[in-house]
Amino acid sequence: MIEFKLPSLGADMDEGTLLEWHVKPGDTVKRGQVVAVVDTSKAAVDVEIWHDGVVHELRVAVGEKVPVDTVLATLLAPGEVAAAPAAASAAAPEPLAAAATAPVARPTPATQRAPEPDKLSATTRHPVSPAARRRAKELGMDPDTVPGTGAQGSVTLADIEAAAQAAPAPVAAVAPGAAPSPALASDRQKAMRKAIAAAMSRSKREIPHYYLSETIPMTRALDWLQQRNEGLPMPERILTAALLLKAVAAALQRTPELNGFYRDGQFEPSVAVHAGVAISLRGGGLVAPALHDVGAKPLAQLMRELADLVKRARAGSLRSSEMIDPTITITNLGEQSVQSVFGVIYPPQVALVGFGSIDVRPWVEGGKVRARPLLCATLAADHRASDGHRGALFLAELLELLQQPQTLADASNPTPIQPGDTT
Amino acid sequence: MGRRISYREALREALRAALQSDPRAFLMGEDVGCYGGTYAVSKGLLEEFGPERIRDTPLSELGFVGAGIGAALGGMRPIVEIMTVNFSLLALDPIVNSAAMLHHMSGGQFSVPLVIRMATGAGRQVAAQHSNSFECWYAHVPGLRVLAPATVEDARGMLQAALADPDPVLIFEHAQLYNIEGELPEDESRAVDIASARVRRVGTDVSLITFGGSLPKALQAAEQLAGLGIAAEVIDLRVLRPLDDATVMASVRKCRRAVVVDEGWRSGSLAAEVMARISEQAFFDLDAPLARVCSEEVPIPYARHMEEAALPQVPKIVAAVQAVMGVGA
Repeated sequence: MIEFKLPSLGADMDEGTLLEWHVKPGDTVKRGQVVAVVDTSKAAVDVEIWHDGVVHELRVAVGEKVPVDTVLATLLAPGEVAAAPAAASAAAPEPLAAAATAPVARPTPATQRAPEPDKLSATTRHPVSPAARRRAKELGMDPDTVPGTGAQGSVTLADIEAAAQAAPAPVAAVAPGAAPSPALASDRQKAMRKAIAAAMSRSKREIPHYYLSETIPMTRALDWLQQRNEGLPMPERILTAALLLKAVAAALQRTPELNGFYRDGQFEPSVAVHAGVAISLRGGGLVAPALHDVGAKPLAQLMRELADLVKRARAGSLRSSEMIDPTITITNLGEQSVQSVFGVIYPPQVALVGFGSIDVRPWVEGGKVRARPLLCATLAADHRASDGHRGALFLAELLELLQQPQTLADASNPTPIQPGDTT
Repeated sequence: MGRRISYREALREALRAALQSDPRAFLMGEDVGCYGGTYAVSKGLLEEFGPERIRDTPLSELGFVGAGIGAALGGMRPIVEIMTVNFSLLALDPIVNSAAMLHHMSGGQFSVPLVIRMATGAGRQVAAQHSNSFECWYAHVPGLRVLAPATVEDARGMLQAALADPDPVLIFEHAQLYNIEGELPEDESRAVDIASARVRRVGTDVSLITFGGSLPKALQAAEQLAGLGIAAEVIDLRVLRPLDDATVMASVRKCRRAVVVDEGWRSGSLAAEVMARISEQAFFDLDAPLARVCSEEVPIPYARHMEEAALPQVPKIVAAVQAVMGVGA
């Protein structure tokens, strides 16, 4: 029997709400298949499975919020035969389902949250049963607005269901992808803010950052891009952002100590470069899902995937592997005409590369001052995994590579990837 | 279904079968031989099996329970009858400090395959000192298995399973149950499991969780509640240690409300333990506060009307269920 557990979709996630199952018991699933949608506090994420098999039992119901590592479902491995169903042995004490789903405290400092103050004081508190409160939350309703008919005047599950039926449609179905109700959206915002706060506080508490910056003349890169894009329809054009990603992946070939994870007191380098692309969301907050194996992909493909990733991130439909995998984060604040950005590393990664805007500024070349498009590239890196000298080497390499854009376009570093193997 | 017999007869048949099938088994206790047992459970067994195997003891619980433990250590399969739970307090030390702990204290070298039967409960106007329900005192102790047969089938089948257990097992027979009648299953000599609780009546609105002498009251209450449109599910715990949480939680998750009926005093009762576990394991499934019907916290009175008022009764159970359902009083 294979246990399919809720993966941590990023260092800031300690629980998730199951929004949707794409499979049911008896379905055959393939490695890499999307089987469920889970709401982290950041987004609705398509969760992939990493085993072939047949779904045996779904352990977590839609709407249930469970901690990371909870068994969501069990699978029979190919060829495995199911044991007698539990019902047949009702006489024997069964392992308690509750034990599996009971909230398990995960007291890492980063995930501890301050208790929320009660909306109402104890004296005016309206009794709501635990089951009713949970259901109301699922429906995005405020249980305190529902009249209670239960024991001691409490609001019961039936009261909530009745109120939901009576209410005009908006709150009833929260399908993933559908526009969330205002109440849910605001909850999501709050939760995301909390998640970001936890991850960033952890980063600044645990990671000894060092920062470097380098000014990169972009004349050649921009000229080359303009030439390449000339006459092409919009969707086929390559944006500077994609070229920069490619350049980062290529530069990392020389400084592998910036690409990977720092876990349990040691650095684990990653062969492939899965670039976490920081994407700000329209309602506020941000996510940094992975663009897989940037080094090995031709530039045109990278561009298509980047566009797709941004679109899906903003629609809130990312895949679990994209949330787990980033080996380095790249943030680009150029659009806001910021000159440089010194980032906070997303743990357990060890580096973050920042790009500012490309502005035409004075530049000394061959003893003469010229007007040149310049880009400020920065590196925030984890001093436990690398030293300033290596960081400087990385930025110098980046500068060099961006002077030869053609070679970047041709280069594909053959690094085989298996998304999910890191888990 | 099979034969219809009384709870008392079922216990006697179980004893007879055990004595016939295992030469190591013997019965020992006050008045179990010549008198035929205080509740007539062992009537006729002395004539059938002789004084070596049906042994009358002096009035010394401390002495004969200790002797039973020694016999069990020596390879016998003693069945010790303590007349009632009230007198078992005299044997608390050998039960708790010896029977329950020798396996642990000897690093697993010794086990104590002892079965102790005793009557428990109130309701017969025998006054305070003879009306206690101390099941939960024993259910508190690791190393003991504590059973509460509440049906004819369990009265017939639990002894065999208890004798097969290598560790001490206590069987509580509620004195009000000896005269009830019921049907045995077809395969009447089969041992029953001594690990799980049972659903005695299926329902959807409230879990009525109980055991022993309170089971018939809970079933009657469920019948009355059905007339009021409330479908109560009745759970018979059967095994008081270790508790079968899975069956209880499955019922509570379905019904979302629970009322525990326990003849013990309310404070520190088995009902309290069951409610605590429900809070721990099924809190978010609950749609109403948990409730319990226990005995009033007084020495059980002698006068009939006062004794009845002190114990869990059908109308009290019905009222408690209505309260958690948010209807009636």
